[in-house]
Amino acid sequence: MGPPSQLRNSVVLITGTRKGIGRFLAGHFLRQGAHVEGCSRGPSGWEHPNYTHHLADVACEEDVLKMLASIRSRLGKLHILINNAGIASMNHSLLTPLESADRVMNTNFRGTFLMCREAAKLMRRERYGRIVNFSSVAVPMSLAGEAVYAASKGAIETLTRVLARELAEFGITCNAVGPAPIETDLIRGVPAEKIESIVQALAVRRLGTMEDVSNIVDFFVKPESGYITGQVIYMGGP
Amino acid sequence: MDGRPNSDEILDLIFSSVASVLPGRDRLLTPGTRLLGSGAVLDSMGLVNVIVEVEQSLSEQFGVSCILADERAMSRERSPFRDIGSLAEYVMELVHGPSESTAE
Repeated sequence: MGPPSQLRNSVVLITGTRKGIGRFLAGHFLRQGAHVEGCSRGPSGWEHPNYTHHLADVACEEDVLKMLASIRSRLGKLHILINNAGIASMNHSLLTPLESADRVMNTNFRGTFLMCREAAKLMRRERYGRIVNFSSVAVPMSLAGEAVYAASKGAIETLTRVLARELAEFGITCNAVGPAPIETDLIRGVPAEKIESIVQALAVRRLGTMEDVSNIVDFFVKPESGYITGQVIYMGGP
Repeated sequence: MDGRPNSDEILDLIFSSVASVLPGRDRLLTPGTRLLGSGAVLDSMGLVNVIVEVEQSLSEQFGVSCILADERAMSRERSPFRDIGSLAEYVMELVHGPSESTAE
């Protein structure tokens, strides 16, 4: 019962582990001896003895239930959930197809909500849990060209704050990290000058790194961070 | 593990779930025990805990994954969560389909 004494005994579930930040975080926790469960819509393309990959769309309730049932039956517990999976669609709002808006809201908000809801049911048993959601500096910066993406991340921030209150009595904290632009597929389609203008508007004028993300995640998931909940930490000082 | 539970097993599972939220009260529980509204033995968080516990136990004991708080449950004039008996009927309906369960 309760928190693992160290990360070595932790069960960590990370969404979107096929590539990018999700894959980096999976490696980060595996190096520290945690057992990591991950998911993506396609095969992971990589393996590790302490890693289990699930083929799951986080926006599909059936997929999420199946994944959590598998974790419950094999491991019986879950300590940390990192809702990394997300997609972006950069476009002027007047030129954004409804299908793009639905797709972004589905993966980013609906996926985060479903994962939080089902993971918290399992964490509740141990009266312990750490949930880390993914926002973005696009929210406080109100970035033009990112209306739907920023709105989906704004919804995640509100969800995070309300869940922090609702889940506190189960010993579960819920926080969010807000990355600045990082060299991943997510920003590959964004013009270089657009990225540069975002970076120039940050207090720390550089691109973010994977290590900047894991540093914030590490703080949120520590057993000692039980009094830290409902918070959003942005990278770079937007 | 993946055999669907019968009505007696579902009732037992719900008794256990309610008892886990109300330790020491298990001998007082009957199908008529109110879970919701006036005379309920649970507060609102107690009901949340019971519903989640029933879902988790169905998954663990019978390999059945389901969401009890779905639109069908929420839209009914008479809540399936009002007492232990109505919850058992509702779970039976979810697990086996309406035709195999007792009509409400």
